[in-house]
Amino acid sequence: MNTMFAEQFNEPATNHSTAAPIEHRFNPYSDNGGTILAISGADYAVLAGDTRHISGYSINSRFQPRVHTLPGEKPLIVSANGFSADGETLVRRLAQRVEWYSYNHNKPLSAKSCARLIQTMLYGKRMFPYYVATILAGLDENGRGAVYSFDPVGSYEREQCRAGGAAASLIMPFLDNQVNLKNQVDPATGEPKIATDLSLEDTVKLVKDAFSSATERHIQVGDYLEIKIVTKDGVSVEYFPLKRD
Amino acid sequence: MDAIVDRFIQRPGFDEDVLAKEEMLDIMAPSSVPTLSLPPISQPSAFLRAHTDDASNPDVRIKIAHGTTTLAFRFQGGIVVAVDSRATAGNWIASQTVKKVIEINPYMLGTMAGGAADCQFWETWLGVQCRIHELREKSRISVAAASKILSNLIYSYKGMGLSMGTMVCGYTKSDPAIFYVDSDGTRLKGDMFCVGSGQTFAYGVLDSGYRWDLTVEEALALGKRSILAATHRDAFSGGSVNLYHVEEKGWTYHGNHNVGKLFWETKAAESSFNNVSTDFTSDD
Repeated sequence: MNTMFAEQFNEPATNHSTAAPIEHRFNPYSDNGGTILAISGADYAVLAGDTRHISGYSINSRFQPRVHTLPGEKPLIVSANGFSADGETLVRRLAQRVEWYSYNHNKPLSAKSCARLIQTMLYGKRMFPYYVATILAGLDENGRGAVYSFDPVGSYEREQCRAGGAAASLIMPFLDNQVNLKNQVDPATGEPKIATDLSLEDTVKLVKDAFSSATERHIQVGDYLEIKIVTKDGVSVEYFPLKRD
Repeated sequence: MDAIVDRFIQRPGFDEDVLAKEEMLDIMAPSSVPTLSLPPISQPSAFLRAHTDDASNPDVRIKIAHGTTTLAFRFQGGIVVAVDSRATAGNWIASQTVKKVIEINPYMLGTMAGGAADCQFWETWLGVQCRIHELREKSRISVAAASKILSNLIYSYKGMGLSMGTMVCGYTKSDPAIFYVDSDGTRLKGDMFCVGSGQTFAYGVLDSGYRWDLTVEEALALGKRSILAATHRDAFSGGSVNLYHVEEKGWTYHGNHNVGKLFWETKAAESSFNNVSTDFTSDD
């Protein structure tokens, strides 16, 4: 019957069982804005993020924290910024892996190993990526502050500081100048300035300045700033109001 | 072939157990080829291209780091490997401090051009495979065999969107070897390769200064100078130069050289780069 119908309209008969299903453009991603920033020091690491959650020009929430503390006695902090559904999924799966590691091996997962774990988890979705910029912060084996940053498919690097997300391009140049003292010379000697570890107080001031400046110039940044700080004593949190416009 | 097809047929997005199974597989057999999850549609590679290929569409959401100059050459004293350190995503410089030489093990190096994650992930994986070979065969793997493990793996993903151009450099017994391996499936043995967006600029300098009987010092200087030339003319290359020397006893690192300083030092030392003026007061 089908064949006859096809012939009648001068169409070739096709075998529908092997043809691909009709598909509309598959777009599972959206951008929920927001920005994160991490700086490491001699005995601490700071990871901060604003709490605004947007889609398009709409503000969905003014307080949706995006910086997460992983389980454990010597916690690491992580944020996966970009598409928040992917980000939260990644962090939830990571938290479970970190928890189970501590049960299986009876020791906490080191920052170095956690970074490698995040790489394998991100790369495991190389063909269907998590749409996120990920930053991990904590203390390394020697008690020094450590910051690791990742691209969406898992390439990673340990750094002194890194901004990620919507206003990364506004904050990163500020960090190059203020943290790494790039392209600056000491007027007395004429030699390039050497970057040294910042104190925790100076770092927190710098983070607040970076975010209030980004809030002035980026529509996706604002509302509140959540600053998480890791030291040998654990994680402490500080909140700072940003402009609500 | 069926095994490859099977791997691409599964649709993990709809199966809750798959994550658990995949993670168990990773834990139980860390040496096996990892399973990559796929979007639940008929053309995963078209999906990936639509969302990640910033060359054909500058507005894509996920920008994967690209752009590079890397080189490696064989000479009388072994192998010199030199690379730049810039990572770009569109016009954004994502990093100026990337490690583009991947230390596969103490006697073998791999270089990174193309997708940063592809190179970093699979060359680390190659390190694992080389160690397994050592344990099974009680001898070090040859560079030919190692590069073939990598190229076979890459070839099994052909058309899926991997992007890599890498040189596997090391010693087989007393014989230095360089193999160029890329994501098209090409695998070539050779004495000299430059790979990446700045490859032509590096070749220009390297060809004009290369001799087989270069001393180690001269060879390192030539590698460094070639990358410097590429960072000067290719906008997607820059940051600093990382230098390595590979010998029979293994590789040695010869430092990170920031282009900001290296450029002016080089210009002054050899009166080159005369296209660049330091006199900003004259009218011409």
